[in-house]
Amino acid sequence: MGMLVAFAWSEFFQQVVFGLAQGAVYGSLGLAIVLIYRTTRIVNFAQGEMAMFTTFICWSLTTNHGMSFWPAFFVTLGIAFLLGVGIERVVIRQFEHASHLTVILVTIALFVIFNGLAGWIWSPEQRAFLGPFSAKPFNIGGVAISRQDVGVIVVTLMSVILLWAFFRFTKLGLAMRAAAIGPDPSRLLGVRVGWMYALGWGFAAALGAVSGMMVAPIVFLSPTMMQAVLIYAFAAAVLGGIESPVGAMVGGLMLGVGTTLLGAYVDFVTGELELPVAFTVLVLVLLFRPAGLFGRVVVRRV
Amino acid sequence: MPLLELSDVTARYGPSQALHGVSLTVDEGEVVAILGANGAGKTTTLRAVSGTVSRAGRLLLDGKDISRRSAEGVARLGVGHVPEGRGILTELTVWENMRMGAYLRRGRAVRADLERIASEHFPWIDRRRGQQAGTLSGGEQQMLALARALVGRPRLLMLDEPSLGLAPMVVQELFRVVRRLNEEEGLTVLVVEQNANIALEASTRAYVLEVGRVAVEGSSEDLRRHEGVRRSYLGY
Repeated sequence: MGMLVAFAWSEFFQQVVFGLAQGAVYGSLGLAIVLIYRTTRIVNFAQGEMAMFTTFICWSLTTNHGMSFWPAFFVTLGIAFLLGVGIERVVIRQFEHASHLTVILVTIALFVIFNGLAGWIWSPEQRAFLGPFSAKPFNIGGVAISRQDVGVIVVTLMSVILLWAFFRFTKLGLAMRAAAIGPDPSRLLGVRVGWMYALGWGFAAALGAVSGMMVAPIVFLSPTMMQAVLIYAFAAAVLGGIESPVGAMVGGLMLGVGTTLLGAYVDFVTGELELPVAFTVLVLVLLFRPAGLFGRVVVRRV
Repeated sequence: MPLLELSDVTARYGPSQALHGVSLTVDEGEVVAILGANGAGKTTTLRAVSGTVSRAGRLLLDGKDISRRSAEGVARLGVGHVPEGRGILTELTVWENMRMGAYLRRGRAVRADLERIASEHFPWIDRRRGQQAGTLSGGEQQMLALARALVGRPRLLMLDEPSLGLAPMVVQELFRVVRRLNEEEGLTVLVVEQNANIALEASTRAYVLEVGRVAVEGSSEDLRRHEGVRRSYLGY
């Protein structure tokens, strides 16, 4: 009996760590979505495909250009950043005064374009993507934990914390927040608001690239690899209250752990049912907390 | 050469024209008031200067043409515009608003200067740095907007109806700070006001706008005695 309980706990912890790793990926892509929503009020449907595209770039740097993973990782972040800035400046900017529906259509067009481009350049087949972490587990008090899972959690959380520190402590980060909150007053203070939006897209694309490069070793590299992740990322963002960066991260972690535990412990929930069950729960949560878990109530005196 | 020179400036909101050829000047070190009824074009005149409305005509700042400059471009030349509605970044803290006021300034002296302006002229701001700006009262927000503009060390400070919705005590305090900065540091101010009594008291010269044109201009002293101005705007 004692054996059985101990065994169950170690299995449970493994599942939780695996769920956290999945959730960190959902959360970081969700945070990228929140970042763009907060700065430009645009729901970027292409976020996942941009992440996939840059993950292919990382793959190409390691397999075709002989780079090892970490240099390729950072070069990819730079490329993703420039890609994000470029998309905002060249494409999104043209639709600054267009209706919401038009802009949604534009981001769906970007989705299709990046998906098609990736298939055309790198072929649509699935490939193995060698990540930086070995799958070999290590032992903590009798619980075997995958290095890969821990690595994914650490890298995504570090990226998110760095980004948070940038927004919180730097002058440029403050100006980006100001531009998002009040573009007109910010202009009067000399802020180049358009460029702040572009930087927002850049940081979101880079964060998306992190999520892509972290999830690729688990789901295999292919042009469709981010599509399920994108759905979870949207769910994470909405669950967190769409405007809340912390909410997106927590929402992602909850979804990751929740779906993993559902799949592991509830017999009738097989792989096909994980997503529907998770979303049923999500809808129920939103019924009771329409603003999401971390939706802010803005205090304002008029 | 005047610091600010407008000649025959027109401005429009979409199809409706709001300014029909406004000409005015502001010299360095002056406090100039713009008076007028609702819809006379006072706010639009300031917005024409700061580039937040589409405008045409000659607009010179320090002899430099600003008629085609964007709002951020005009701000970069040293125009501090406290707009209608104050433009407080409500979701940021009081001190983050102050830091945004110094956004265009570089160098080590900036932080010390922020501290000095806050402690010297707005001691309450110093004490409530971490408070969310949206939770301030109307008067406090107006003071913060003024402080934030001053932190940018503007060559020209433009205030749009600073007295709107504020208690008389607060209004007096606000104009006291403006006058003190004008006298001690030579701050140049262009202020739009509905409250002509206060405006004429605080300013050296004034313009009266009527339907998008300058109707009367002169020294504030003369305007206070001007028959028409007295009847229409001073109420006695």
